[in-house]
This record gives sequence, structure tokens and C-alpha cells, in this order.
Amino acid sequence: MSSQTVVAELNVAAGAPRRAAGFWSDAIWRLRQDRTTMVALGFVGLMVAAALGADLLAEHVFRISFAKQDLLRTFERPSLANEPAFWLGADNIGRSEIVRLLYGARVSLAVGFFAALCQFTIGLALGVSAGYFKGWWDDVVVWMISTLNGIPTLYLLIIVGLLFRLDPVSLALFIGLLGWTGEANLARGQTFAWRERDFVVAARTIGATPGRIMLRHIVPNILPIMVVTATITIAGVILAESAISFLGFGIQPPVPSWGNMLTGATGYYYKGPHLILVPGVAISVTVLCLYLIGDGLRDALDPRLRGTTGVRRKR
Amino acid sequence: MGRYVLRRLIQAIPTLFGIMLLTFILTRFSPADPVRLMLAGQTDLTPEDRAALATSLGLDRPLPIQFADYVWDTVRLDFGNSFYYHRPAIQMIAERIPNTAQLAVTGLVVSLLIGVPLGILAALYRGRAADHGIRFSSVLATAMPDFFLGLLFILFLGVQLRWFPIGSMNTIGETCGLCWDRVWHMVGPVLLYANGGLAVFPRFLRTEMLEILAQDYIRTARSKGLREKLVVGTHALRNALIPVVTLLGGILAIAFSGSVIVESIFTWPGIGRLAFEAANAKDYPVVQAVVIVSSFLLVLSYILRDIAYAWVDPRIRIGK
Repeated sequence: MSSQTVVAELNVAAGAPRRAAGFWSDAIWRLRQDRTTMVALGFVGLMVAAALGADLLAEHVFRISFAKQDLLRTFERPSLANEPAFWLGADNIGRSEIVRLLYGARVSLAVGFFAALCQFTIGLALGVSAGYFKGWWDDVVVWMISTLNGIPTLYLLIIVGLLFRLDPVSLALFIGLLGWTGEANLARGQTFAWRERDFVVAARTIGATPGRIMLRHIVPNILPIMVVTATITIAGVILAESAISFLGFGIQPPVPSWGNMLTGATGYYYKGPHLILVPGVAISVTVLCLYLIGDGLRDALDPRLRGTTGVRRKR
Repeated sequence: MGRYVLRRLIQAIPTLFGIMLLTFILTRFSPADPVRLMLAGQTDLTPEDRAALATSLGLDRPLPIQFADYVWDTVRLDFGNSFYYHRPAIQMIAERIPNTAQLAVTGLVVSLLIGVPLGILAALYRGRAADHGIRFSSVLATAMPDFFLGLLFILFLGVQLRWFPIGSMNTIGETCGLCWDRVWHMVGPVLLYANGGLAVFPRFLRTEMLEILAQDYIRTARSKGLREKLVVGTHALRNALIPVVTLLGGILAIAFSGSVIVESIFTWPGIGRLAFEAANAKDYPVVQAVVIVSSFLLVLSYILRDIAYAWVDPRIRIGK
């Protein structure tokens, strides 16, 4: 062992700052020091893995499909004494609650992720271009934002659910197309600030095209805060999807989503309170973890913003 | 001030136009055309009957003219008749707005009455148990879906403990507008309405208070020997409350969306419940009317928020 390694290890043990090695790897290093965020990341990772492996888990571990009914076991209470398929009990027609939760996770997480991706892309493109070009294009974007913000989100989704047949893909697309205003507002405001910086003015002076300035000089600078917002957006979309599916206008049975699992549960307060608790807790914990990740990312990506969300302790 | 109000009102016109355009585009480009929606379930009609109906609805005319008609009808608040009740949709909404307003206003007041003191408390006890507790519960309030909270309320406080009713506005047979029976029925829905604000107000006010308490004029107030109660209550709080006004827009937007959830869970006969029932019955004119009317109300409340903000903070109206 060389003496240099020993010194490096001593430094780590003493909590001395590591030598800077570039923006993103620095951020990852900071993120790994943050226990709360790592736990939240671990939980969401586990959820994603379970959702992706729902078919395998259902076939080999729980040995039951999400649509299989066992009418002798309706409203079975959750218990670890049951066989694995009924650890979380059974619903009103005797389907395995845990397997339905896994398939629900697949729908809810996929819709959350893809809708947030749509919102992120549209918001970034429109926000940055509006902030950079200003003028009439900015007016148009602001008009679109104020229009979409003028309609209560859930009402807009109810109209969409009434007029279109929604599957997970189209629902994600609609939520993405109608919900990008927050991202656009943020990107626009940030661009206003960055476009006046000296290095941007310098780039313009030597004849860089607007496209190049936006892509090479502005977007990389606002990306960290946009990524943080995207995490919060995933959480918001999961909440919106579950609300619209709960009301019965989103994902239609028999495809389970966390929201529509709760719709069926509202008739059985006495017989099956676990039918309300299981999907409800799944949504709440996942969303909570996503908020915590967003907050941890903010700290990791930009230490100057530490504590500004107020989600966790100010240091 | 008058000019600011006028400018803000004029700015709302393109927004209202956009809302009408968007709803029009959605209806015209959906696979469920108005004729199909109107005849939901009826299959014994000939294509000629359908064509006749389409003509009578004006659907055979060019799209711009259809849109102009739609705007003209909407401006006069004429949304057509409900497919089921055969009454003007706007009339059905007007009947229910007071019920929703009763919940929404009470919910907002409750969330301010609880949320503001909690925020001040968290700021004053920064870093201690009370601070952590308040902040954690407000994060939890954000993370838990409204409908789950409502279902938990019904499950534990309604069904199992039987402390509160699980729905509707009055006990059957009671018809009073505002009495203990009504208040008792309002507890659940109002708390659910207040949740949106409770998730935001404490955190926001905490940050504001901390920022203001660190300013020079607070130090001056303290150093001239002013009692702490006056420093916090008068000097700091008054300035911390100003930006709360800006939050009202977002809170109201959540409240409008939330009315569907709250009112369908607690079977409260407001406009949210109306939208839910009408959408289930595919009663399109009523759904559309609810969406347009609540969007207009939302835009109006944004304007009122901005005016209120300009009124409490002169920098806004002079700055622009």
C-alpha cells in the first residue's frame, strides 16, 4: 500500500472534502453522503424493480395472476401467515392485493415517469426559447401557460377522460401535453437571468447562433434545477393519475392502477379497510420518497440552494 | 390602482379566449363526437337521423363558424340543456355554487388560522422538535393524496369511531342552512379542503419569518427594548404575511380541482360533485359548463389575488 492511498483513506475517514472532479461526479458524491435521500432512492428503486419484474414475481413468487379470482377468499385480511399471494390480503372478488399492487405500480410509475418526461421536454423547449427570444414568441408561450393554468387540472383531465378512451400511454401523453406550465415558467425565468450574463453576451458577439447559445450555454446551466423540478413533477403526476383514476375517468379496470384500486375500495369500509390502506400507503410513501429525492438532488446539485425547499432541516 | 385593475382585467381576455379554444379543440377532435355523446346507448337510429341531428346542432358548418358560435354562447353563459335533466346547465351550476363556496371559503379560513400560527411557531423554534414536527407533517400533507386522506377520515373517524357523518350536508330530515348539524357535516370536507393550504402555508411562512427576523429593522426594534411579542407579532408578521397573498392563487387552483375529490367522497352537492356525476352520466353540456365556469372563476380569483397583492404592496403597481 503506497503512502498516498493511506493519506487518501485518512482524509475520507476524517470527513475531509474530496478533491473536486467535475460537476456531475461531485454531485453524485454529495448525494451518497446524504442518508435520507439514499433511503428514499432505495425505496423508489425497489418499487421500480418490483414493477418491472411484476410478471416474474407474479408467476414464480406469488404464483397467481392479477386477474385471478378466488371467491372463497374475498376480503381476506393481510397476514404474513397467509401464503405469499395473500400477504396483503384479497380484494372484494378475491384477487391477490399484493400482485395487483405490483401491476398498479407498473402503471402508476410508468405514467408518472413518461408524463414528467413530456412535461420536462416541452417545458424546457418552450421556456428557454421564450426566455431567449422574448417578443411575440414569449407572448404566445405566456398565453399558453396562463390558459392552461386557468383550467383546474382535474377538470381538464375529466373532460379528456370523457372524450377519449384512455390507456396508460394516452393518459401519460395528455398529462404531459397539458401540464408543462410549471417547468416552462421556471425555464423561462432562469433563461431571462442567464441570457444577460457576460459569457452569453460574449458568445453572441462572436456570432454564435441562438440555437447554439441556448443549447451550449443556457440549457446546461439551468439543467440542475430543472432535474430537481422533474423529480417533484413525477410525484405530482403520480398524484394526478391516481386522483383521476380514483374518480373513474383515468385508467380503466381490469388494468390495476393505484388510483383505481381505491375506487373499488370505497364501498367496503367495514369488510375490507385494508383495501383502502394498502394502495393509499403505497401512493403516499412513493410520493414522499420522490419529494425527498428532489430535495436531496437540489442539495447535491447546487449546495447554495441547500434548504430552500424547506422540506428538510436547514443546515 | 384603477389603471392596474383595468390592465389586469384586459390581460384576462386572451386567457379566457384560450380556455374556450382549448375546450373547443378537445371536443371537436375527440373520437366521441357530440352526436354520439348525445345518443349514448341508442343504436336504433339511421344515419339520416344522425345527420339531421348534426345539422340541428350546427355541426355541418365550417369549424371557425362553429367556434364563433361557441364563444358567443359561452359569453352569454348559455351551455345548452343537460342531456338528462333537460334543464339549462348553467342553472344547475348556479344552484350548487353556494354549497361549494361554503366549503371552499371555510376551508381557506381554517387553513390560514392553523397554517399561519404553525409557520410562525416553526420559525421561532427553528431546529427544535416543534419545528421538525411541523415541517414533517406539512410534507406528509403534500405527499398524501387528498382522496386517501378523505377515505382515512371516513374510515377511522366516521365508520369506526362514529364521531362524524360520512357524507352529505345534513342529517336526513334536517334542512337547516347553518346550524350544528351542518357544522358537524362540514368538519370532514372542510379539513380536506384546508389540507391544500396546510401543506403550503406553514413552510412558506417559516421561510419568510426567518428571513425577516434576520433583518436590520428587527434588530433595531429589539435593541431599543421592544417586547419580543411586539417584534414578532407586529414588526415581523405584518411583512411576512404580504407574500402569502401570492400563494392564494395556487391554493385556489388546488381548491377548485380538489372540489371534485372532496365532494365526491363526502357526497356534498356542490359543483365538483355535479361535474363527477355528469361525467359519469356522459352528460357533456353539464361537464363543459362546470369546467368553463370554474375556469372563469379561477381566472377571476387570480385577478383578485393580483389586485390584493398590489394593494398591500405598493411596489408591485408602481414597479410595472
